[in-house]
Parts: sequence; structure tokens; C-alpha cells
Amino acid sequence: MRTEISIEKVRGHFVRQVEEISGQDLLACNQCGKCSAGCPIVATMDILPSQVIRMAQLGMEEVLETNTIWICASCLTCVARCPKGVDLPRLMEALRQISLRKGIAKLDLNDLPVGFLQELPQLAIIGGCRKYYK
Amino acid sequence: MGIPYFPGCTLSTKAKNYDRSGRAVAEALGLGFEELPEWQCCGATFPLMLDDSMALIAPTRVLYQAQQAGDRVVTLCSICFNVLRRSQALLERDEEMLERINWFTEEEYEGDVHVAHFLEILRDDLGWEGPGSVAEHVKRPLTGLRVAPYYGCLLLRPFEEIGLDDPEDPRILHDLVRALGAEPVDFPYNVECCGSYLIVKEPDVPESLSRDILGSAKEHGADVLITACPLCQFNLDYPQRETEMSRAGGELPVLYFTQLMAVALGLSEETWGFEDHYVDPGSAIAAMLKHG
Repeated sequence: MRTEISIEKVRGHFVRQVEEISGQDLLACNQCGKCSAGCPIVATMDILPSQVIRMAQLGMEEVLETNTIWICASCLTCVARCPKGVDLPRLMEALRQISLRKGIAKLDLNDLPVGFLQELPQLAIIGGCRKYYK
Repeated sequence: MGIPYFPGCTLSTKAKNYDRSGRAVAEALGLGFEELPEWQCCGATFPLMLDDSMALIAPTRVLYQAQQAGDRVVTLCSICFNVLRRSQALLERDEEMLERINWFTEEEYEGDVHVAHFLEILRDDLGWEGPGSVAEHVKRPLTGLRVAPYYGCLLLRPFEEIGLDDPEDPRILHDLVRALGAEPVDFPYNVECCGSYLIVKEPDVPESLSRDILGSAKEHGADVLITACPLCQFNLDYPQRETEMSRAGGELPVLYFTQLMAVALGLSEETWGFEDHYVDPGSAIAAMLKHG
């Protein structure tokens, strides 16, 4: 993948927006990779959790196109292990919010088989709507 | 007067067996739950974005309803516990936010209700051993039953705000299992995520995670697995409904810790709520009782 990095991007609107919504100092991350090593769902992600924060640091909006930000289930394992105190799930949430606020919905309950929907616990439906639908 | 109790949406619907066994156990221990006279859903997710205070309205309203009933509120659901405890921590350190939410809801939440998980009350108010403890109330020790304590995520993390137990090596469910006369089974997946809300969007992911968690518990010799979370319970139990599905070592019943307690405290079978499971825990428990 060819990537263009520039000072403008690193100091640009996208980075500021992500930092504001997440409350995280992106440059606190020194890419040690503990988050990716411990993530229980990493196998189903297209890029590593540590790569998500790297792309965000560099202002690469393409990060919004990855499935990783939608796969993260906010289990907070990485938060418990990050030596720099970065709350990566808050960053993932910020990236999801930026997408959702553009009107990109990732969940339509009408797509779920009725039988399955009837089996689901209520909090899964409510939580799912909050995470994937605006 | 019992302890003010917030059941939450799922314990009033899908997880009625958790609610029923929890109330019965609290009663038998002389604690008793007093359901909040009026309540609504806590919102089911703690808002991780900082620029949206709307998602804090639901948990703050629950906390306000709890304030009317006393100085603490108990939950059984790990997710309600997490949402309410984190919201409480946030409102305690952010006075401006508290004011903003109160202005919106037109309710005066003062910001100091203690949100407790039932497990915390068992450990801190009763203790596991000694006079008046959980162990002392056991009528039917679960001798020989090998129980995998599964903690999941939200009961433990983030430690700074939840602070219930060690987030990497928790003991609270282990200690409970021991107090009931059963044997806790250590297995490396006991704090791994079950996949949570992904069940609505990508059901394959929780299914594969649950296969790992159950396979590991089984491999370490568990007869049953216990949890404190209705979403973990579903994500672990539901994929096992298809018996033809190949799993590492067959089916494993997934129980709420309160159901196991109801058995051990000698409570009547209708409080156990075994009928609401995809994998029936009945035979594992019956086998244990027969030998015990």
C-alpha cells in the first residue's frame, strides 16, 4: 500500500477530531504492540490494533475503512496491559463515531433472522445498536 | 429492608433465571433484594466517547432512582454493574457533567451512590468462611463438582474504575466456588472476551471465541462453567445448541453463579432455573448430587 505522510496530515483536522472524541494523546503510543499481542479477537481483524493507532497518529483517514474498528468489542484487555496508559478502545470508539456520524450504519436489525433476534438477550440488541448504528 | 436492587433489562426478560436464583439466594443469606420501585435500562454500554453526554442520561437516572432508595445499589448483571459503576466514577470526578445531566433530567442526583455487584456483597459483607459467611449457609456442599469460574471483561475492567478484583488474575469466583464445597478449575481463558455485542453483527466471532473458552475449560477438567454476565452466558451457551457442531470435547453447561449457589444453599429446584438453558445443566448437577 502506497502511503503519503505529511506534517499537514499529522497535525490535521482528523487527528484533532480523533483526540478530542477519544480523549487520548495518540503520540503517547510508542508501538510496543502489547495491545495486538493480547487482543482476543485479533485473528478476525484486517489490521492489528497497534496499526490502528499508528494510522491515527499519522492522520491516515483510511483507518476508517478497516474492519478492525468494528471488530473491537471494547473488552479492555489492551487497556489493562498498555504500559503507556493509552485507552485504545476509546480510540476505536472515536473512529466508529466519526463513521457513524457520517451516516454509515453497520447494523440493520431487519437483516437478522427473526428466530435469532428472538433468542438474543436484550442487552446485546441495545449494545449492538449503540455500537453500530446511529 | 433489603438492599436496593437494579435488575436491568435482560434479567427481566431473557435471563429471568439469573434474577430468580439471585433473589432467592439473597433471601436465603438474610440479605434480601428490594427492587427499585421505578427503573429503566442502564443503556447497556458505557459511553467511550467524550463528546456525547446523552448516553450518560440513562445510567444517571438509574443512579438517581437508587439514591431515592438508599446509599447503595446492587446489580447481578456484569454489564449493568460496569455501566453504572463507571458512570458513577465519571460523575464523581466531573461535577460539570453531573450538573449538565441533572439540568437535562430535572432530577437531582447527588453523585454518591455506591454501585455494588452481588459478588462484592458476598465477599465483603458476608465473607467466604467463618461465622455468618457464605460457607456457613451451605446445606448441600457441591463436593466433587469441578467448576470453571469465567470472569469475562466487564466485571473486572477497567480496574481503575471497577476495582472489584485483579483484572488479570481474579479470585472472587474461585473463592465462591470453594465456599460452596466445589472445586475451582483454573483455565487460561477465564478473563478472555466472549465477543460481546459482536453477536448481533458478526455472530461467527463470538462463536469461535466461545469454542476456545469452552474447549479450554473442558480440557482443564470442568464439569460446568459459571459466569456473572447474561451476555457471556448467551454467547457461550447458544452456540452449543447445535449438538452436531464439532467442539473440543463436547458440551459444557454454562450457569450463573447464583444458580450454583441456589443448589448449594439447598433451595428448591424452581429457583434454579435450569429450563432456560441451551445446554441443560441438570445432568451434571444431578450426577454431582448423586455422588455427594
